[in-house]
Amino acid sequence: MQVHKHDAIIIGAGGAGLMAALYASKGGADVAVVSKLYPTRSHTGAAQGGIGAALGNLDEDRPIYHTYDTVKGGDYLTDQAAAKILAENAVDAVIELEHMGLPFDRTSEKRISQRRFGGHTRNFGEELVRRACHAADRTGHMILQTLYQQCIKNEVKFFDEFQVVDMIVVGGTVAGVVAIELGTGEFHIFHGKASFFASGGWGRCWSVTSNAHSLTGDGAAIALRRGVPLQDMEFFQFHPTGIYRMGILITEGVRGEGGVLINSQGERFMERYAPSAKDLASRDVVSRAIYLETRAGRSIKNRGYVHLDVRPQTVNRYFAEEGRDRKDFIDEGTVERKLPDILDFCRTYLGVDPVKEPMPVQPTAHYAMGGIPTNVDAEVVIDADGAVMPGAYAAGETACVSVHGANRLGTNSLVDLVVFGRRGGMKVAEYVKGADWTPLPADAGGEIEAEYERIRGGSGKSRPGELRALMQQTMMDNVGVFRTEETLQKGIDDLAELRERFRTDLQIDDKSRVFNTDVMEAWELGCLLDLADVTARTAYERKESRGAHSREDFKKRDDENWMAHSLIYQTGEMSDPSYEAHFDKKVDLSLWEEEIEQGIPEDQQKFRPIERVY
Amino acid sequence: MEVTFRIRRQNPDVPGQEKPYWQEFVLRDVDPTDRVLEMLHRIKWEQDGSLSLRRSCAHGVCGSDAMRINGVNRLACKILVRDVGEKVQVEPILGLPVIKDLIVDMEPFFDHYKQVMPFFVNDEALPEDGRERLQTQADREQFDDTTKCILCACCTTACPSFWANGNYVGPAAIVGAHRFIFDTRDQAEKERLDILSEPNGVWRCRTIFNCTPACPRDIEVTKAIGEVKLAIRKGETFGIIQIDEVH
Ligand SMILES: Cc1cc2nc3c(=O)[nH]c(=O)nc-3n(C[C@H](O)[C@H](O)[C@H](O)COP(=O)(O)OP(=O)(O)OC[C@H]3O[C@@H](n4cnc5c(N)ncnc54)[C@H](O)[C@@H]3O)c2cc1C
Ligand code: SF4
Ligand code: SF4
Ligand code: FES
Repeated sequence: MQVHKHDAIIIGAGGAGLMAALYASKGGADVAVVSKLYPTRSHTGAAQGGIGAALGNLDEDRPIYHTYDTVKGGDYLTDQAAAKILAENAVDAVIELEHMGLPFDRTSEKRISQRRFGGHTRNFGEELVRRACHAADRTGHMILQTLYQQCIKNEVKFFDEFQVVDMIVVGGTVAGVVAIELGTGEFHIFHGKASFFASGGWGRCWSVTSNAHSLTGDGAAIALRRGVPLQDMEFFQFHPTGIYRMGILITEGVRGEGGVLINSQGERFMERYAPSAKDLASRDVVSRAIYLETRAGRSIKNRGYVHLDVRPQTVNRYFAEEGRDRKDFIDEGTVERKLPDILDFCRTYLGVDPVKEPMPVQPTAHYAMGGIPTNVDAEVVIDADGAVMPGAYAAGETACVSVHGANRLGTNSLVDLVVFGRRGGMKVAEYVKGADWTPLPADAGGEIEAEYERIRGGSGKSRPGELRALMQQTMMDNVGVFRTEETLQKGIDDLAELRERFRTDLQIDDKSRVFNTDVMEAWELGCLLDLADVTARTAYERKESRGAHSREDFKKRDDENWMAHSLIYQTGEMSDPSYEAHFDKKVDLSLWEEEIEQGIPEDQQKFRPIERVY
Repeated sequence: MEVTFRIRRQNPDVPGQEKPYWQEFVLRDVDPTDRVLEMLHRIKWEQDGSLSLRRSCAHGVCGSDAMRINGVNRLACKILVRDVGEKVQVEPILGLPVIKDLIVDMEPFFDHYKQVMPFFVNDEALPEDGRERLQTQADREQFDDTTKCILCACCTTACPSFWANGNYVGPAAIVGAHRFIFDTRDQAEKERLDILSEPNGVWRCRTIFNCTPACPRDIEVTKAIGEVKLAIRKGETFGIIQIDEVH
């Protein structure tokens, strides 16, 4: 096996990985970025709507309002101090992106343009605020391009199309990772003082998803297998507006520009569920509303979807009803200009022209709130008290800081990437200066190579594609927007059966080594199965409803018993794992505690966990 | 409907498959609105797991799955069955070495991109108020089109000049340069125009127009190349660029 030695190994080249790579190398570290995709293929490029920052370019805004929205949006499972860091650093981070050349849209004052987004308000919920900084509806594309370009400028070293498949842990310290060079099928060891996971989410556990085929949660699964617990796995966000059946995302920005959701009765039903924020209530609320409308027989053609209507005549009618200023009214040109990619998706895939017809949408599996637990400097922590695993770092969707709590607000993921990618990169640069090299064990990479060969030799009857489809369906049916003990048990049982088939009955057609996507997809399926399993198990055990985790048998949030993060650990043998969930990691409520200390009366406290209403 | 796929295959790792060959697959129950990518997946997932291709986002934004479909460069995820008919021929994009089946070596393509300084350059002091640099929306619009590029290589691998000479930087790299040349905030216009006026730069483009219809992002590639050519000529006239110095 070829061995590469670099101070810091960054796994993943999306927004989080590239940001970390830039800052670690600017800080003097010798960095290698290892990515299974070419960097510009990363799913950060698919992010549409915007990146939130209280710049106040169009409306009065302050980071503390952004903090408040983030905490409330997360249904009070958000760590409050971390949310404050997120909101405060967001301002610098966005300005810095602009300084790196990111082509944001501009206001008439030549400043960065901002739009409304679900759950983002001014003055602690008073009214929606324009906070999402955007570059048309391809903000993520611009962030990814800009960061990659800056990495080229700074001569960051890339190993493109190298897939990381294992982490090397020696006596509790991470000594690097093992990767397969896809083009040759050869194994490589990346020996590093710091290994930084920025490998993205795992929406592919579900059948209808906005996530790329490559979003298989490799990093989180590897960490879990090597002794890191995963945090808050039961919280997975369903975005309310995916294109019917395909799951392709229609950004919340559509509703930010005035678009509304309409049921088969022609009713703007969100007025009933969220009288104040309406269509821009937080995502979990809107997704549940669509399901409830469906159950009540009010989905379009009774097929489980509703209409998203952004036709100027519809939008302007509701604007008029709300007494909005005429200058806010939109025309076809506005829609074309602000949402070009959305129009392109609908025209290409649906043959529907959104300026003339409404779009058919349904909830789509979108975002992992949970993941590898870290502190605010992206250091991986491995217990409820925050003990750090030396040499291990994580940021981006694969990590759980936790700033998103039980439900992430739109535009906050891109903020998360740049804020914690940057903080992590700086921390890594500092760490590698002082840390010693952990020697590699003699058998480094041996175990995973054997597993690879086991998969490659698969001569059973279960194709990875079939098992994956079955897993995705059971997750959709049983571990989706609504859950009960019964559905979750069904999910757990189905997954057990699928895991058994994965272990004993895999069929692999491709026995070659060069670019063997048959084997790699199967290995990724193994990751998805692990993550699906821990999701179903933590969801089973959390007997309350909070944010994206909605139990029909425990409908209320229960702060007394469940105001805690979950941590799920792998126990038992590597080949036949079992899991143990604990609900003992405290939620950081420090902003609320400060209010109490300052003697602010209860009804004026902003960060006290109260019932969420929109 | 029933659709027959004829796919160009090759695997250097399997005796007998080192040379390219064609293989047919028949799919039933195909919906006209299915994406070609989904059909390739069905072949891979239901019939032959060894079929190899790149893909990720599945909705035309990551640039992974450029291939020649019925003789035209397309993203497999952005073209529907109803647009290609009942007989579909799929082969790798041309002009880059094939690694396996539909997967080509993208390194030469990215190397060309890196040649044109595809990054923002501005070494002036930052605004004193610690805020963003200013730009009007009109100035921002000037280079909007070329910011959309996803580096899929559909254009470059449809370009006869590139096929004839692999050292030509190709339309994608020029699009990449255009995005910065026309950004009022950027300051490395001269360096980029210098690079592009070299023998393997823009002048290899014979304005054959293959690239523009190939672009899945509807970028007006030829127009962008034309604007760069014009900028170089203007530079020559106004002395911003001393072509003599370059050669
Ligand atoms: C359609 C869509 C729209 C969105 N819109 C918004 C929005 O408007 N605002 C917002 O804030 N958020 C949005 N999000 C969420 C946000 O885009 C993502 O959460 C975020 O981009 C994730 O970034 P990341 O850097 O963590 O991972 P990604 O960008 O997903 O990158 C993952 C990287 O890891 C690499 N990788 C994975 N596994 C391995 C492995 N085993 N070995 C090596 N490398 C590996 C991949 O190659 C890739 O480079 C959206 C998400 C989607 C799906
Ligand atoms: S216009 Fe120029 S770049 Fe485009 S295909 Fe023709 S020769 Fe190639
Ligand atoms: S210009 Fe268009 S075709 Fe060429 S690489 Fe960019 S997106 Fe692809
Ligand atoms: S898979 Fe991303 S562009 Fe086709």
